[in-house]
Amino acid sequence: MRIRALVIRILQQFYRDKRTVAMMIVAPIFILTMVHLVFNGNGYEPTIGLINPPSNIENAFTNDSTTLYKTEKSALTDLAAGKIDGYLLIGKDLSIMVEGSDPSISKSVLEAVQSALPAGTDVPNMRIDTLYGEEEMSQFDSFGPILLGFFAFFFVFLVAGVSFLRERTSGTLERLFSSPIRRWELVLSYVIGFGLFTMLQSAIIVLFAVYILGMINEGSVFLVLLITLILSLTALTLGILLSTFAKNELQMIQFIPIIVVPQVFFSGLFPLETISRSISWISVVTPLYYAGNAMKDVMIRGKDLTEIGGPILVLLAFSTLFVLINIAALKRHRSI
Amino acid sequence: MAEKPVVAIHKLSKAFGKRPVLENINLEVQQGEILGLLGPSGAGKTTLVKAMIGLETPSSGSVTALETAMPNLKIMEKIGYMTQADALYHDLTALENLQFFARLYGLKKAQRKERIEEAAHLVNLTEHLHKTVSQYSGGMKRRLSICIALLNKPQLLILDEPTVGIDPVLRKSIWETFRSLKDSGTSIIVTTHVMDEAEKCDRLGMIRNGRIIALGSPDELMARCNARTMEEAFLYFGGVNDEN
Repeated sequence: MRIRALVIRILQQFYRDKRTVAMMIVAPIFILTMVHLVFNGNGYEPTIGLINPPSNIENAFTNDSTTLYKTEKSALTDLAAGKIDGYLLIGKDLSIMVEGSDPSISKSVLEAVQSALPAGTDVPNMRIDTLYGEEEMSQFDSFGPILLGFFAFFFVFLVAGVSFLRERTSGTLERLFSSPIRRWELVLSYVIGFGLFTMLQSAIIVLFAVYILGMINEGSVFLVLLITLILSLTALTLGILLSTFAKNELQMIQFIPIIVVPQVFFSGLFPLETISRSISWISVVTPLYYAGNAMKDVMIRGKDLTEIGGPILVLLAFSTLFVLINIAALKRHRSI
Repeated sequence: MAEKPVVAIHKLSKAFGKRPVLENINLEVQQGEILGLLGPSGAGKTTLVKAMIGLETPSSGSVTALETAMPNLKIMEKIGYMTQADALYHDLTALENLQFFARLYGLKKAQRKERIEEAAHLVNLTEHLHKTVSQYSGGMKRRLSICIALLNKPQLLILDEPTVGIDPVLRKSIWETFRSLKDSGTSIIVTTHVMDEAEKCDRLGMIRNGRIIALGSPDELMARCNARTMEEAFLYFGGVNDEN
């Protein structure tokens, strides 16, 4: 009954605060669309250099802009100068050289070459080299799934933290505690109330990303939703917990660079192997690390629930821990 | 009095860190009595009422409300408490606020409707229930706050500065509400720093620097020091510890 009362109230507050609701749903959609357009633009047509190509190959590139070279050396010079995006050398083996500094351009070169080669072309040894950097195509592919997790975490953390902070600073928390409500009932109500709202929020964002922006998703969309929801619970319980240490909304926002942004480094956006050992151990205590991995596993590698059980359990453990600390921390306000 | 007191405070002391806020408070409140706690801000009034409802744990001494040691969740259900700040959800309507607190006290739907109507009528808000609280004036918010404290038909009503920022006409009508509640057997504890309001209480505790410096009916207190006004009386009792 008391939990129901609180849940209804929280949902009513969402209903009234349409601007916050809009921010939680529209902002991620807006940013995702921007990222989609900026990094995934289909409009880019690579210019490909062809070195002494057989005529059948040359004709196969009719849809692409190509430049013909006599020697590899001249092609390399043009590549370094940025006049072409990559070149194809057909000798005994097939070898592709791309510029490499921008994964999306490298990818478009490879795609152009692959689509141009006649189906069933026997390519015994295809070599792909990059002029600059390394071949990091998966890096780009992992962008989207991690962003989905990040938005869920970021917005729920902030909004839940601020709502709970307001409950304290406006005196309503004191009033709640003068009623027979139990501490666990209060925390659980927040989990349910925000959980319900978060389900709606993540459903809209995930469906938008997958079906409208065409974000890669090899696995089940329900699993993606499940991960987002569980990550949101972690964000919610952590937000409520940290709001205890904030005096006002601005101080809550100050947690973003301390708590939220560093997690991005361990979320899978950057390969952990390349992060200095002195800080890479932090990854195991950041919820986004587990969520990022699980998201990539489902959306890119198409894994099922049994294979991502580990990270999901860890996230649930985080939430449970934060809930328990919250219940204990509320003792400050009333000893029972 | 043969009846058990509604609130009994025995040798209550409270310190925040090393700073004492309340020292050796002894106080009893009888059924159907309006007790005023008068004192300047910072005297410890809010801490004292919070200790009564169990929101503040005493450093020493005991607080008993409705014959039960506080804090106790069962007893809290029978107490109405209005905080000093307007503890309202500003983005919700007044009715939604009332519905929320009524549900919190476990009132069923029919009961809820009845109690909300009754309490809103008492504070004269019936016509404004569908407005969001952010549209309310300061006085309306105070009244809504009082209204919420009345929802559970409390046996004991604790109000922390209920009439701050309320105009005299409204203040009068609020005090009439308190008297009719008192007549129906409710005990009321009101904190105030307004002297003329203190005169309306049955009994008055004057608080200064965490101690009760005088306790008795307003007439009694004024007679004791030959004062013509409550202000004079307060200065007289306070002067004992005052070097100025």
